[in-house]
Amino acid sequence: MSVGKPSAKIDGLEKISGKAIFVDDMQRPGMLHAAFLRSPHAHARILSIDTAPALAIEGVHAVLTGADLPVNYGVIPVAQDETALAVDKVRFIGEEVAVVAAVDRQTALLAAEAIQVEYAILEGVFTIEDALNPDKPLLHEGRRKASNVLRRVFQKYGDPEAGFAEADVILEEDYFYPGSTHVPLETQGALAEVDGKGKLTLYSSTQIPHYLQRALARILEMPSKKVRVIKPHVGAGYGGKSDPFANEICAAALALRTGRAVKCILNREEVFYAHRGRHPTRMSLKMGITQSGRITACDFKAVSPGGAYASFGVVTAYYFGVFLPLPYKLDNLQFEAKRLYTNHPPCGPKRGHGAIQPRFALEMHLDKLAHAIGMDPAELRRINTVEANTETCNGLRITSVALEECIDRVKAASGYDEKKGQLPPNRGIGLAASAYMCGALHPIYQNDMPQSAVQVLVDRSGSVAIYSGTADIGQGSNHMLAALVGESLGIDPENCVVLEGDTGLTPVDLGSYSSRVTFMAGNAAVDAAEKIAALLREAVATKWECEPEAVRLQGGLAVDKHDPDRQMSFEQAAILAESAGGTLSTVGHYTPPKIGSRFRRQSVGPSPAYSFTAQVAEVEVDPETGITRIDKIWCAHDCGKAINPLIVEGQIEGSVYMGVGEAMLEQHDFHKGGLHRAPSILEYKIPTVHDTPEIVALLVESNDPGGPHGAKEAGEGPQLATVPAIGIAIHDACGVWLNDAPFTPDRLLKAIERKARADQKAAN
Amino acid sequence: MGDECIIEIEVNGDRQRILVPANRSLLDALRDNLGLTGSKHGCDVGDCGACTVEVDGQPQLACIRLAATCGGSQVRTIEGFGKPAPSAVQRAFDERVASQCGYCTPGFVVALELLFERCEDPSDAQLKDCLGSNICRCTGYTKITAAAKLARERRNGRSE
Repeated sequence: MSVGKPSAKIDGLEKISGKAIFVDDMQRPGMLHAAFLRSPHAHARILSIDTAPALAIEGVHAVLTGADLPVNYGVIPVAQDETALAVDKVRFIGEEVAVVAAVDRQTALLAAEAIQVEYAILEGVFTIEDALNPDKPLLHEGRRKASNVLRRVFQKYGDPEAGFAEADVILEEDYFYPGSTHVPLETQGALAEVDGKGKLTLYSSTQIPHYLQRALARILEMPSKKVRVIKPHVGAGYGGKSDPFANEICAAALALRTGRAVKCILNREEVFYAHRGRHPTRMSLKMGITQSGRITACDFKAVSPGGAYASFGVVTAYYFGVFLPLPYKLDNLQFEAKRLYTNHPPCGPKRGHGAIQPRFALEMHLDKLAHAIGMDPAELRRINTVEANTETCNGLRITSVALEECIDRVKAASGYDEKKGQLPPNRGIGLAASAYMCGALHPIYQNDMPQSAVQVLVDRSGSVAIYSGTADIGQGSNHMLAALVGESLGIDPENCVVLEGDTGLTPVDLGSYSSRVTFMAGNAAVDAAEKIAALLREAVATKWECEPEAVRLQGGLAVDKHDPDRQMSFEQAAILAESAGGTLSTVGHYTPPKIGSRFRRQSVGPSPAYSFTAQVAEVEVDPETGITRIDKIWCAHDCGKAINPLIVEGQIEGSVYMGVGEAMLEQHDFHKGGLHRAPSILEYKIPTVHDTPEIVALLVESNDPGGPHGAKEAGEGPQLATVPAIGIAIHDACGVWLNDAPFTPDRLLKAIERKARADQKAAN
Repeated sequence: MGDECIIEIEVNGDRQRILVPANRSLLDALRDNLGLTGSKHGCDVGDCGACTVEVDGQPQLACIRLAATCGGSQVRTIEGFGKPAPSAVQRAFDERVASQCGYCTPGFVVALELLFERCEDPSDAQLKDCLGSNICRCTGYTKITAAAKLARERRNGRSE
């Protein structure tokens, strides 16, 4: 049995020994290195570019500017607003203007600096107010509507007006969630090479090999079949490597131009400009509740200054609203979300994409409402939990739910009931809950093909090869595939080799985004493995002259279930099956179910299943300094089924950690004129081990009927409840609500002082 | 490209003679001159610890140490540990799944190996101080801390 067994990862030692190869570890004979010239202006027209001084430098082989790569692209088909290098205009400080390929990186950097660019500076658009002001300049001219609003989404379900009329308490408040960025330890990198027939191969630190292949083909105007994308080991992404990036496109274009291999690795500062991180979001939330704790209506507004290009921003605007009816019953909802263009590096998808910001506001709000009606906030959540096999007001199909169990488990583990309101002064505890998707029903580009496919090949040696287009970026999807195939074939996952993330050799998978991989690629792996298991059982049954159903594959053996002494090794079974029917290989796939929606526009948000989370944070605040110390966080997560509990725990711990960073420290922030405040690991504060509380991961298994062996997601959902749990705990500790994250000492001190003044006024 | 120098350096027990530009970091010398790519570029300014190596018995951030200053030094990189079989630290990292993407892992492993060489039985606080020199963005340090403790217990003949 490999499913459910805590075990080391099949590729663990490769990484731990330093042998794992990342793109920057690769070398090619005669390889060139590329470096960018970036814009020093937030908004300016490019009047001229003189590349001659760069080309004159010894060792420089090619220089490209926007004119060389004019094709627009963008990860979302309805928002193709990017070019690899700025064409005519620059729209943020740090945008790529030109790229140089030279014999070494230092020469490339020097040559990039030598390029002469003449700019005419334009007025910048930096704030929500700027972006909504029709008198300000447009970032993108020529759009259908002359506006800096990339997308406005308004949706209404049920009857919010009637819902508010029913409420005993209505609360309306504003919230702000800051921008933050992923900071994967490996920066974005790519290496391109072209073979003798003009076929391009790009090695890249990408989460989306398939979409990248399509984008490269489009931009470079080559047939897709002449473009191969290979994802080597990737030093994590958290959503930050889900777009096609300029370094990938330019490495490819320079390799085509020079005929030599070209490597283009971003330095750490450049990653802050590539960004695609969390959208800073201003929110307004109005909710009604009855005295008995029924949520009667919700009206939510969100507006986000999202930077100079769309990235996934259209999807973000939908996500802001569509997940609101999860994880609590909510019949009457309306929301309006706006994603704006501003002269900053583009925001995009970061872990918990689009759901983190509204979840922060809603969970804080719910606690306030619980106080208003005099109900325990955990109980309020428990009685409102959505139920299995129901549909939300906006048409999301709920299959499995174990949120009540998550709440109970996390309360018991943390001693919540004994601690709530009972801790010494300045200590507090808070509970929050959340839900998240397990992949999107609809792919990014409309098609009816499978979202994921897996090929399994059993060799006569007894070893098993798994081919998959998945992108393991550290989350452990390689191990997940091996564990599922191992389970079907009754062998140790260690006997499986996974070859993945190669668009030239592996069957398609759409990539590591929206927490889709375990659910979708996992189902495809089980499909392929069960087919090959049937061939093995049949061959053994023929030899034993029994029914194939009597043959069990377990413990590296084929065993007769009626006569357990009759057995043969997996290797012998493979030889029998190969002798009987030829080479043993099968393909499995996963196509999401066609779930009809009552709502015409509801194509963003529906998922085949949803994960659920409850979380408790315990904190201590220092009212003298405003410093909050998080002592411990308990997180119970309904992952459906933990295929490898150690990996699932790791996903939960990593999610909570990232939530702690966003709650306490991280701000992807800019000076007034659009200059990044902190483009380095030192200045952009991310938690070290000293800033990270003890994290307790609790696994709850609801066994989803559609998941592989019941599995759902674990990599994103657990982050959603972290920030509100901390915010609620801070309130429990010192009686102040911080509606703006992160919960920095200055914010907390100000809030404590405000409260002291208000208390004194009330006393007088 | 400015001045270059030849340095003699012992890396993972092998004497090496390499030609480096005067401004080349030890990290680039290890990776580009010697092909030892286990030590990683994370920040290039000494913030993240992904390039941690041993120089003359001390942990050093190879990205901010000039190769030219390492003449005559003994250097050990991740490739110099756990040969032929994985070390106690590496086995503990594997068993506890303390490595997710794996990019920061070599730096953590080297830092811990050197701690254990200096201090047989470090306290929890000493372990935490050691781990505090490196950044991991995947694990929340939970499984890394668990692996460090497991390695400590095993090295000291205690079971965990």
